[in-house]
Amino acid sequence: MFRRAPAGPTVRAMSSRARARELEPQSVISSEMAAIESDYRRAGVEETQPRLDYPPYRGSLLRHPTRDPCDVDPEAIERWAPCFGARDVDPLEADLTVGHAGEPVGERVVVTGRVVDGDGRPVRGQLVEIWQANAAGRYVHRRDQHPAPLDPHFTGAGRCLTDGDGWYRFQTIKPGPYPWRNHCNAWRPAHIHFSVFGAAFTQRLVTQMYFPGDPLFAFDPIYQSITDRRARDRLVATYDHGLTSHEWALGYRWDIVLTGGQPTYVEAGELV
Amino acid sequence: MTLTATPGQTVGPFFHYGLAYDGDCVLVPPGSPGSVLLRGQVLDGAGVAVRDALVEIWQTRPDGSVPRDVGSLRRDGWSFTGFGRACTGQDGRYVFSTLVPGAGKPGRPAFFAVTVFARGLSNRLFTRAYLPHDDAALAGDPLLSALPPRRRATLLASRDERGFVFDIHLQGANETVFLRYPGQ
Ligand SMILES: [Fe+2]
Repeated sequence: MFRRAPAGPTVRAMSSRARARELEPQSVISSEMAAIESDYRRAGVEETQPRLDYPPYRGSLLRHPTRDPCDVDPEAIERWAPCFGARDVDPLEADLTVGHAGEPVGERVVVTGRVVDGDGRPVRGQLVEIWQANAAGRYVHRRDQHPAPLDPHFTGAGRCLTDGDGWYRFQTIKPGPYPWRNHCNAWRPAHIHFSVFGAAFTQRLVTQMYFPGDPLFAFDPIYQSITDRRARDRLVATYDHGLTSHEWALGYRWDIVLTGGQPTYVEAGELV
Repeated sequence: MTLTATPGQTVGPFFHYGLAYDGDCVLVPPGSPGSVLLRGQVLDGAGVAVRDALVEIWQTRPDGSVPRDVGSLRRDGWSFTGFGRACTGQDGRYVFSTLVPGAGKPGRPAFFAVTVFARGLSNRLFTRAYLPHDDAALAGDPLLSALPPRRRATLLASRDERGFVFDIHLQGANETVFLRYPGQ
């Protein structure tokens, strides 16, 4: 058996520079993004969702449908959503900082908000799932090759059910930004992945929550695939000093609005 | 409608440890009475298997009623929750063990409601996998009857000895028909 000498930082930086030569520079991606946004502004028709066809996000090129979706009225099954209850989710799953032998490294945060429908009615007793990188920007995933440390005290996956007013709440660690290979020097702004169920199947949402003031927003084709600035802002949590707790954690507030279909309402309590 | 929907974002490449769970694609134990497989492959515009997609189904019971049982995340082995989730493998394939959905209304065709997520896909896609056997009901379906034959065919699962097969083409000549519901 050969024993490979551990690669020092210089060797690793050199090999990553060699790999980077195959990738396009940020300037190419940035000018494509700027052109799309200025076309969008000129057209003057408001968009509120990301574009599926957004070439600066290179991974989307062969994965976006080219035809418009078919408008359809939901059938009964689509007007309802799967039910989740106390049987499905342990309250401890909402705290990503526990369950390991020690405290995770990083900035402890509380992320909380309400899940509501387009009329502002709470989505009650529904499932919210999150997953994220650790404070160093590394996922516990075999395909994540970012040479940043794993944290033995942090996995980065959590779940909770919304309460009777639609509130969810997680305690976690602020994730770090991480590199990806969309182009040379591509870095994702820090984000938490969210998966949310609504009152109807048609309201299903998977998205990402960002932190305010991230300097990487302007460079990120995933965030910028939402061409409307106000719509992009809806993914950015608000720092809330009232949620911040003394000598413990910083608080962020992020509300989620789910629309689509004709939700069928279930009385509070029926789900639990 | 007063509030604007929160935008979606791609599920990314690292969703497996956040979203997959034991029994996620096993709505009923394989081989149990009435069980069938719903399986298929997710393909990109070049016909290449999508190995980092996530497929969810939501369906009626065989009698056409809407399941209201909790327990999709911790299955008890006998409640039918109607919800399942499957990550695609290296070959882009997914598989569910489930029951045959019934028609929500008499004379209407039965289908699996399907949601698709993937790295490279900026927002979820909705579609339906219709059961192929009831020609009269299929002919009377407003969505299917409004589509040209080739597009219509993308929404029909095919029958095989173990259940149903439903491939999902994100792009290309056989691109699956994806759906938009009112208010989206
Ligand atoms: Fe991510």
